[in-house]
Amino acid sequence: MYDVAIIGAGAVGCAAAMELSKYELSVCVIEKNSDVCEGTTKANSAIAHAGFDAKPGTLKAKLNVRGSKLMGELAEKLDFAYKQNGAMVLCFDENDISGLEELKKRAELNGVQGVSIITGDKARELEPSLTDSVCAALLAETSAIICPFEMTLAFAENACENGVVFRLSSRVEGISKSDKGFVIKTSTGEVTASIVINAAGLYADEIHSMVSSTPLGITARRGEYLLMDKAAGGAVSRTIFQLPTKMGKGVLVTPTVHGNLLVGPTADNIEDKDDVSTTSKGLGDVKAKASLSVKNIPFGKVITSFSGNRAVGDTGDFIIQQSDVKGFIDAAGIESPGLTSAPAIGEYLCEIVSGITELKPKNNYKDTRKGIVHFNSLSYSERNELIKKNAAYGKIVCRCETVTEGEILDAINRPLGATTLDGVKRRTRAGMGRCQAGFCSPVTMKLLAEKLGIKVEQVRKNGVYDTDRGHCDE
Amino acid sequence: MNKYDLIVIGGGPAGMAAAIAAKKAGIDDLVILERDSVLGGILNQCIHNGFGLHTFKEELTGPEYAEKYADMVRQEGIPFELDTMVLSVEKIQDSELKAVTVISSKLGVATLTAKAVVLAMGCRERPRGALNIPGTRPQGVYTAGTAQKLVNLEGAHIGKEVVILGSGDIGLIMARRMTLEGAHVAAVAELMPYSSGLKRNIVQCLDDYDIPLLLSHTVVDIKGNEKLEGVYIAQVDDNRAPIESTKKYYPCDTLLLSCGLIPENELTGGAGISIDPRTNGALVNESLETDMPGVFSCGNVLHVHDLVDFVSEESARAGEAAAKYIRHGLGEGGKSIELKTGNGVRYTVPCRINTANAPDLTHIRFRVTDVYKNVSIIVKSGDTELIRKKSQILVPSEMVDVILKKDKLSSASDTIEVFIEEVAE
Repeated sequence: MYDVAIIGAGAVGCAAAMELSKYELSVCVIEKNSDVCEGTTKANSAIAHAGFDAKPGTLKAKLNVRGSKLMGELAEKLDFAYKQNGAMVLCFDENDISGLEELKKRAELNGVQGVSIITGDKARELEPSLTDSVCAALLAETSAIICPFEMTLAFAENACENGVVFRLSSRVEGISKSDKGFVIKTSTGEVTASIVINAAGLYADEIHSMVSSTPLGITARRGEYLLMDKAAGGAVSRTIFQLPTKMGKGVLVTPTVHGNLLVGPTADNIEDKDDVSTTSKGLGDVKAKASLSVKNIPFGKVITSFSGNRAVGDTGDFIIQQSDVKGFIDAAGIESPGLTSAPAIGEYLCEIVSGITELKPKNNYKDTRKGIVHFNSLSYSERNELIKKNAAYGKIVCRCETVTEGEILDAINRPLGATTLDGVKRRTRAGMGRCQAGFCSPVTMKLLAEKLGIKVEQVRKNGVYDTDRGHCDE
Repeated sequence: MNKYDLIVIGGGPAGMAAAIAAKKAGIDDLVILERDSVLGGILNQCIHNGFGLHTFKEELTGPEYAEKYADMVRQEGIPFELDTMVLSVEKIQDSELKAVTVISSKLGVATLTAKAVVLAMGCRERPRGALNIPGTRPQGVYTAGTAQKLVNLEGAHIGKEVVILGSGDIGLIMARRMTLEGAHVAAVAELMPYSSGLKRNIVQCLDDYDIPLLLSHTVVDIKGNEKLEGVYIAQVDDNRAPIESTKKYYPCDTLLLSCGLIPENELTGGAGISIDPRTNGALVNESLETDMPGVFSCGNVLHVHDLVDFVSEESARAGEAAAKYIRHGLGEGGKSIELKTGNGVRYTVPCRINTANAPDLTHIRFRVTDVYKNVSIIVKSGDTELIRKKSQILVPSEMVDVILKKDKLSSASDTIEVFIEEVAE
């Protein structure tokens, strides 16, 4: 019997787990995939938004601004990639400048610092590759780029270290409520808990309706993206948005925190929540729209395209509250700015839990976490030190991103370690470069096969192993 | 120990041939740096035969061909460092020396210096992402070479029902290989109206196994969320745009991509050496020297070859030129002739000839832009024809090699044009 069960190990579920692990509670995270960060969290714009976009007074506004403020310090403590690179919202028509002014007003009401409106010429001075059609821009200094994989893993590993149990490869099939609490039936057995947090992303509606009879609607909104080689990463230094107009929401052009260039997304509501395919039309639209903002984007340097589905709630705001069923808390409809808000959502969920049960802070809570070393970012003398200690750091497996065998072994062997190729990729960047795992995947597969005791050909790119009984990491 | 006359980067066929030639030309103080744990490069996974017909006058498998060169490396006493990855190549300021920074478990991060460097890093495959194929990103999509490594070196059974996109040689070879492994290869789709592989491979790897080659076809959609379930293939029009009405579904668990090779010139670019956008290899002169004096390039990192025999031959020339550079420098003061491409010629290697250094026979290698029948290859300077060579057929998949004699250079101006003359029938 757990005090709290969290359904879903995306950014929100893991942030909630981390927050709750600060208190004397037993907590279990249930995830249908074999890894954390497998849903909406893994495919998005990877931005820590400043908070000028959300409508003042909404939960989105409150939690975005709080999340944005927390992010830098968390990145430091929990060792994940974060860079405050600033953002611009571009306006292409003099008649639309009122739209920028509205955003600036929202920023003020939301309490976002460092927001100003600049001329097109000033914008081009700051970002020389912007097109000539930019007539004005909103400049937001506190906007940042992050690595969503690292962030979520950091939350999860920190939670794990502070006692949270992760039950992976376990799909929730039904929930019933008894006097004692909730009985959650999963594909790998039952979990009982006094309190349930529904952080099931795109499927939060299904989980909700297992318990509650009040309606909660989630629509999947697909966004397609193109990712370019690091050689293209310098096209812009800030995150470049477009002012939404009657012509549409526009796309962003941004460097990623690891130095690639990312453009997208599209926004199409789709029926099949699992459909993360890209389309030639979608990618074509992204290219056309991005080219309005930035000149000569080197689309010849695209190394991959992907799409992610955002969980859009039916209220226009995040739905984070105790439902009509006591002890069952929804954290649903977490669309943009959900990634930014995640740490603040974690805090907010903790507050809700504290209204149900008393929270006693742990004495031995550990608030730092050391991530996998990024060999490529170390100085030569640091690298030498590491190789002397462990020769596996002298063996480069991924040539494009200079990832060593030492890093891959760490990714596989640490608590909540990777069991799939994508899991290794998200943790180490092996396979994330320009050859897209052509050279490193046979080596990574071998290392995974050895650890898992299976044949090389049985190593999965993603998803759940057939034999997986749901492993628990404590 | 960190100072060398010559550092050869890459221990595949190109690097070994360059090192052996340099050693034979009197360079004793040299080393080969290889990132894999064995010499031989990509040949180790090419277990089919067809290698060595030019070099050894016999038909060898890839590992056999590699072993012959590795034996020569050992016989010549050429040192090599395995599991060693080069991180950067730089010219040392105010010096003719180059700094080569490497990493390995044995050496740690170390900076070696050399008078001359031969770049022989080979090439990589164009991945799915760069092809912009829409659809999902499931397990079961591999570049042909990655699949070849998994099947031939790891003994993995990667799939049962296979579709191959691209008719590059590795794709063709893998069509046969997967068939021999017990898989069914439904089709090889090729975007272009002609194959990018060698004729002999189409005959021996597709025709002999009744595997259809669908020219002017491409994969337009990939299905399956976690694991590949199938692909849609459609015919393309003259502008290579898919024709919707021709879309056909092929259920499969494996999609292999053989859609082009890209010379791996990240080190070269990082060193500030100029790259030819047509080959993605360095711009080189008659000595296969890049625009950084003393840095040479050869093999697939220079331009993608179709036969390893030509890699070995070319790389030996690079090794000899490097030896000459180390011993007494390359000659200066000759006339510099620029090679230009004309009708039907995509690029040339080299793209400059300095008459002071030109060997008796200068190889001019290039690829044509289309299929040509009954044409002449013309090498011309001003009004003077230096070479006229008839050819029954020229295809983009087969590299053309013409040889320019040194005495012809005296009648050349400062440019030479290479083009295909199409004769009206």
